[in-house]
Amino acid sequence: MDSANGPEVALGTSLQPGSLAQVVRRIADEVAGPASGQVDLEARFPEQALTALKSEHLLGALVPSNLGGLGATIRDMATACETLAQRCASTGLIYAMHQIQVHCLIRHSRHNALLRHYLTQLSEQQLLLASATTESGVGGDVRTSLCSVVLEGDTFLLEKSAPVISYGVNADAILVTARRAPDAASGDQVLVLCTRDGTSLKPTATWDTLGFRGSCSEGYQLRARGPAAYVLPDSFALISALTMLPTSHILWTAVWLGIATDAVNRARAYLRAESRKQPGRMPPGALRLAQAVSSLQTMRATLQDALQEYESTMDDPDALSAMGFALRMNNLKIAGARLVVEIVSEAMHVIGIAGYRRDSRYSVERHLRDAYGAGLMISNDRIYGANAAMLLVAKDA
Amino acid sequence: MRDEIRSIVQRHGRLGVDMSSLSDEADLYDAGLSSHASINLMLALEEHFDLEFPERLLRRRTFESVAAIQSAIEELSSARTSSP
Repeated sequence: MDSANGPEVALGTSLQPGSLAQVVRRIADEVAGPASGQVDLEARFPEQALTALKSEHLLGALVPSNLGGLGATIRDMATACETLAQRCASTGLIYAMHQIQVHCLIRHSRHNALLRHYLTQLSEQQLLLASATTESGVGGDVRTSLCSVVLEGDTFLLEKSAPVISYGVNADAILVTARRAPDAASGDQVLVLCTRDGTSLKPTATWDTLGFRGSCSEGYQLRARGPAAYVLPDSFALISALTMLPTSHILWTAVWLGIATDAVNRARAYLRAESRKQPGRMPPGALRLAQAVSSLQTMRATLQDALQEYESTMDDPDALSAMGFALRMNNLKIAGARLVVEIVSEAMHVIGIAGYRRDSRYSVERHLRDAYGAGLMISNDRIYGANAAMLLVAKDA
Repeated sequence: MRDEIRSIVQRHGRLGVDMSSLSDEADLYDAGLSSHASINLMLALEEHFDLEFPERLLRRRTFESVAAIQSAIEELSSARTSSP
């Protein structure tokens, strides 16, 4: 990287505070943003942005430095996701989904030398991870699997009908849920690292959607084989509770916060320009902007609160398995997905027709389309259902 | 009490295996106890033993085995009898 164009960051060693955020900001502004229109229009993978992220070693950002990564924190990743999503929500979402998988691998591979080695490979080669947790026929319940791992000596075999694998064909490996064995219960799941060399993907569903079009969340029939050691040692129930659920809700909400923040910034810029044209007169959208900014602050505070709780309990499995924690993380997701639609919609009303247009510098039409994905790609109604069940026994939450 | 707990787990746990094949110490989550089924299990235990699990006990460890459930219930019952 040319230092005249941006700050330099020491890679693979120790991370300078703030430098990661600056590098991500530059990639968002100079690469992800300019490509975002075409990515959305063509519903294509944001290749340029991911290439730029790889060139700055950012796919291994969460990996500890002794395994070749940058040793960044979940808080750093939340900031990065928000920054990327301000310019290209699909890029932000892909980066978030990748880091969620990386975090699961880091935290649940401790006594597995082969998986630890894979993490060093991931850092060295900047490998991209995807996820296949949903399955056709289980009604969207990620904690239930029909497919199962079959072990043949030191090799695992796995076949899964996955209605959605975001950026599946662009990923170097996919973390796949499955029942532990052919005779295991539907909830007795494991998480399996399926690398590209042992995995085939037969397309079964396209991704031509309202928003998050660049996430390329297509459906596939997945067939994989690999070393038995690529079956993560912890149960998926544990991985989900301690890592995947909190990390997902935090990083997804960070992505939506990025969308909302940029929409509000556009509304602000629009109102500033309007009030300069007619000084002394309050533009009609000013009150709505105040409402949007208030909601944005609520959204940001909700994310910070969850982030803080996760950081302080991250190494306490007992606290992370508490029902109250799951409820609060679910509430983060529900609130974030609701608020992003509310805020972007408010911003569009502030801006008016210039926000509704696709060809205006104040356009927030893509923001609005992306925002609806927050409550639909992972159904808010399903999470409300889970919380409603937990509240039958929860006392304080 | 163990038999009562075992029968409630059998009825509400929706395990993939029969309770008779599990020891009191066997991990119920590994046996297929889902988070959804665990809530029904908690409600059934509360009803049957006429008690309420306080928030601090609403965590994975409390319901991970028949033995763990029994110790939680015993703790709550003794607290009840010793209080005025």
